[in-house]
Amino acid sequence: MNVIGMETSRLTDRAKAVDRRPMTFLESLYLWSIVKGMATTLKHLFRKKATIEYPEEKRPFAPVFRGLHVLNRDAEGRENCTACGLCAVACPAEAITMEAAERLPSEAHLYREEKYAAKYEINMLRCIFCGLCEEACPKDAIYLSQTFAPANYGRKGFIYKKEELLIPHPIHQQEEYEKALGDRKPAAKS
Amino acid sequence: MSLYMHMLAIDIWFILEKVVLIASIIGLSFFVAMYTTFAERKVAAWLQDRRGPNRAGPFGIFQPLADGGKLFFKEEIIPMTSNRFLFILGPALAMITALITSTVIPWGASYVDGTTQIALQVADVDMGILIVFGIVSVGVYGIMIGGWSSNNKFSLLAAIRGASQMVSYELPMGLSLIAVLLMTGSLKMSEIVSHQIQHGWHILYQPLGFIIFFVCALAECNRTPFDLPEAETELNFGYHQEYSSMKLGFYLFAEYINMFISSAVMATLFFGGYDIPFVDESAWGLSPLLFSLMSFSVLMAKVLFFLFVFIWIRWTIPRFRYDQLMNLGWEKLIPLSLVNMLITAALTLWLNK
Repeated sequence: MNVIGMETSRLTDRAKAVDRRPMTFLESLYLWSIVKGMATTLKHLFRKKATIEYPEEKRPFAPVFRGLHVLNRDAEGRENCTACGLCAVACPAEAITMEAAERLPSEAHLYREEKYAAKYEINMLRCIFCGLCEEACPKDAIYLSQTFAPANYGRKGFIYKKEELLIPHPIHQQEEYEKALGDRKPAAKS
Repeated sequence: MSLYMHMLAIDIWFILEKVVLIASIIGLSFFVAMYTTFAERKVAAWLQDRRGPNRAGPFGIFQPLADGGKLFFKEEIIPMTSNRFLFILGPALAMITALITSTVIPWGASYVDGTTQIALQVADVDMGILIVFGIVSVGVYGIMIGGWSSNNKFSLLAAIRGASQMVSYELPMGLSLIAVLLMTGSLKMSEIVSHQIQHGWHILYQPLGFIIFFVCALAECNRTPFDLPEAETELNFGYHQEYSSMKLGFYLFAEYINMFISSAVMATLFFGGYDIPFVDESAWGLSPLLFSLMSFSVLMAKVLFFLFVFIWIRWTIPRFRYDQLMNLGWEKLIPLSLVNMLITAALTLWLNK
């Protein structure tokens, strides 16, 4: 195919013509270019550092950041989740599985409604942290917090069980509960 | 018999003085080399807008100890197909040659107190600077033996590269040195320094000679842009690919000691050694100890500056290609240094007529 003479439309106006003139004497000495390069690196010596002291100093997350999931409780410490399965249906990555169970009369202080999730698992390797589960939930039972899923030694460790997802009890473990809530406190639901 | 006893009595103090001097210079070389590795990592980080190691101790100043400890506790592997004796001899030779060169460098003004006179120089021999060159040439064997005895293609290639590079760059280095020696008229390091104290630093008269010498020093130390013998991307790791543990540490350490010594040689030959420019510090009437210490720290300041420039260059300039390296050495630097030498010789003759 004859490429020469073919008209191509430019994608940007930033293209620069390549300078193919033979080197001048000063350029052929290299020394001047080396001095210029060293001046450039010296300037960087006094620049502001791009890195931060990580464990002591952390970069703030964006307010819309979607991290690890949290299963919510109400003010009395009862689990909100009714195992309706809407989150699992909404999930585009099919990361959520659950098993429903009926609440016994003696368990009224544990679960808010008659049906609850006996098993609730999220596979963090499948999850794409889109937040659709949070949007789908009619009971405000799941929301995405502002933490990462930490590293793990095996794939099994990334399948989070209900115990790992549940928020601490607001009355018995008040301190941990406040910490887990963070600044993404969901609107209190009556 | 009494004559012998007399000589022996003098010799003991003389030997003691030299032993203390040698021990302190070797200690100094190790200490400076240790912290040059740290400075290298720090400066590299700063030039790349990073922070560098800062976890070991305040500001990370114990980092070299951690690095050294790591190397000590690594498994020591000697390849089965290697020549065991030469394999161990290689790093030892690299280390020994790196350390021996420090003998003839005057580290400061002599300590003169009444009749006692202690030179801050292990040996002020007549052939002075030639010893440095002789031993630097032996340094090639450290690389050559290490690379060859590893019985590995990459190591051998790197060793050949390194040997040819070091042999090639010794020529312009020596030729640019001759111009300096023509001006001084002596090979003695102490006289080269005292000549500069009287007549001004050699860098003023020999700028071209200094640039040639500096480029060659980079090549002799296997520093970027001439680090072809240990080009990671081309030769895996170069001549020390098969080495592990402290034997590898010796090679790496020898490189930093070489940097330190060549900085000291450059400061002595071209930047007046332990001289402070524009002032006559010997007229200040300082106490002899203070005067010696001051002159030593002046030399060290110059050496540290050169070490910084070495590191600075490493993190600025990319590696030369092998043919470019040889072209630069044989077709540019040798003719240039010859011209420099001839002009210096002609001018010296003309001015001393």
